[in-house]
Amino acid sequence: MQKVYLDNAATTLVRQEAIEAMLPVFNQSYGNPSSLHSYAQDAAKLLEDARQDVARAIGAEPGEIVFTGGGSESDNMILRGVAKAYAKKGRHIITSAVEHHAVLYTLQAMEKEGLIELSILPVDEFGSVSPAVLDQAIRSDTILASIMFANNEVGTILPIPALAKVCKAKGVLFHTDAVQAVGHVPINVKEMNIDLLSLSAHKFHGPKGVGASYIKKGLRVSPLIIGGGQEKKRRAGTENVPGIVGMAAALTHAVAHMDENARKETLLRDKLMSGILSSIPDVKLNGHPTERLPNNVNVSMRFIEGESILLLLDINGIAASSGSACTSGSLDPSHVLLAMGLPHEIAHGSLRLTLSEFTTEQEIDYVLELLPKIIQRLRDMSPLYQGGK
Amino acid sequence: MYTEKVMDHFQNPRNVGEIEDASGIGTVGNAKCGDIMQISLKINDDEVIEDVKFKTFGCGAAVATSSMATEMIKGKKVSEALELTNSAVVEALEGLPPPKIHCSVLAEEAVKAAIDDYYKKKQA
Repeated sequence: MQKVYLDNAATTLVRQEAIEAMLPVFNQSYGNPSSLHSYAQDAAKLLEDARQDVARAIGAEPGEIVFTGGGSESDNMILRGVAKAYAKKGRHIITSAVEHHAVLYTLQAMEKEGLIELSILPVDEFGSVSPAVLDQAIRSDTILASIMFANNEVGTILPIPALAKVCKAKGVLFHTDAVQAVGHVPINVKEMNIDLLSLSAHKFHGPKGVGASYIKKGLRVSPLIIGGGQEKKRRAGTENVPGIVGMAAALTHAVAHMDENARKETLLRDKLMSGILSSIPDVKLNGHPTERLPNNVNVSMRFIEGESILLLLDINGIAASSGSACTSGSLDPSHVLLAMGLPHEIAHGSLRLTLSEFTTEQEIDYVLELLPKIIQRLRDMSPLYQGGK
Repeated sequence: MYTEKVMDHFQNPRNVGEIEDASGIGTVGNAKCGDIMQISLKINDDEVIEDVKFKTFGCGAAVATSSMATEMIKGKKVSEALELTNSAVVEALEGLPPPKIHCSVLAEEAVKAAIDDYYKKKQA
């Protein structure tokens, strides 16, 4: 049976270049970078080379990169660390309604703990945040705004330079969770006035369990993990050197091939999007039609529920995901789709297909051939569906 | 995540559809929560469920529990069908993940709602 992986927003395969870069770090250059001997020096050199690569990929300086255990840790570290370090300046933080739970739940937890006051900005129908809305929400005690670079569910790319500019003008720090964007769309933290950024290796064909925080020079972020003096005392714990080396190799490759991959993925994405919209009635595209990640397709199928679609796709070898409640373990469907104004019943029928540079046109054709049949089969079973027979 | 039995009933659902001139129809759940089940019954003069059909909007477990429930009451007396419990449906499916137990409750409620409707129509 044909197998098609279209869940690249969840995670990606580790590319060969990253695997090859990592392998010798497991059993040859395996020293602890904090030790004194030659093994340690080898590892420390690899670590600092990787730091340069990661910094260069986002237009930062090596000293501004702190390696972490992934995107969620970076988000937690930055949000809690900034709130703590700047508590005397103010305690108001702004975020958006469509953030990843690593940002949204962390900030809500901090609010409950009495550490901050939180404003959650509404989004438009595409899941984007208006700079004017952000501007109005800033108070004299606002210390930080945290708004994602690109949405993980619907793929909308937010107007980060404009949002960051608003913050800069008012002396508010700007953090962006760029987990879905790094390695996929151009990012330059200096040109874009980004103060803090989170990234994760496994979203750009690197290994899982490793990521980085970009912290602009001069900013204070209290550490989340306390212990040894690693990462200039910003993140304790022996560095995941193999993972970090793999991340750097994957990111270097992603940035070097960004244009060609984006072009290729956008073509297939648009073929998939228009193919679904033209062959299946009562379908709605979620997210911005053009200001979206090159690899993201998100649609809502009326009258049916997302998990059923995923199960039938999976039986046919296609891996996808959904914002339906049944896949989230709660009764509510995706907070992103609801914030965009979708009614519950339409949000329940959402389907996310996310491509990678390894996706082929033949795979897209296979999905386009199969999906209309699956949707019709489920609709014929649905008491909400009156069309058809 | 699902047992083979659940996947079998999800992939090959039994008794899908809607009975015309049904003796009773029950619809439970709502679209907001992501589950709606509709069960229609054809009941003869001996109070035997001659035919039963279902339509379901929902996840794999919702489809499988509806399918199994219809199989369990087909050919049974109305009084027997009223004794169908959600745990009997779960057992027949060889188990459901804990967050999906509510689907089996919905299936039991749909059967009872359809029988209620039958009694109401009979009295009218």
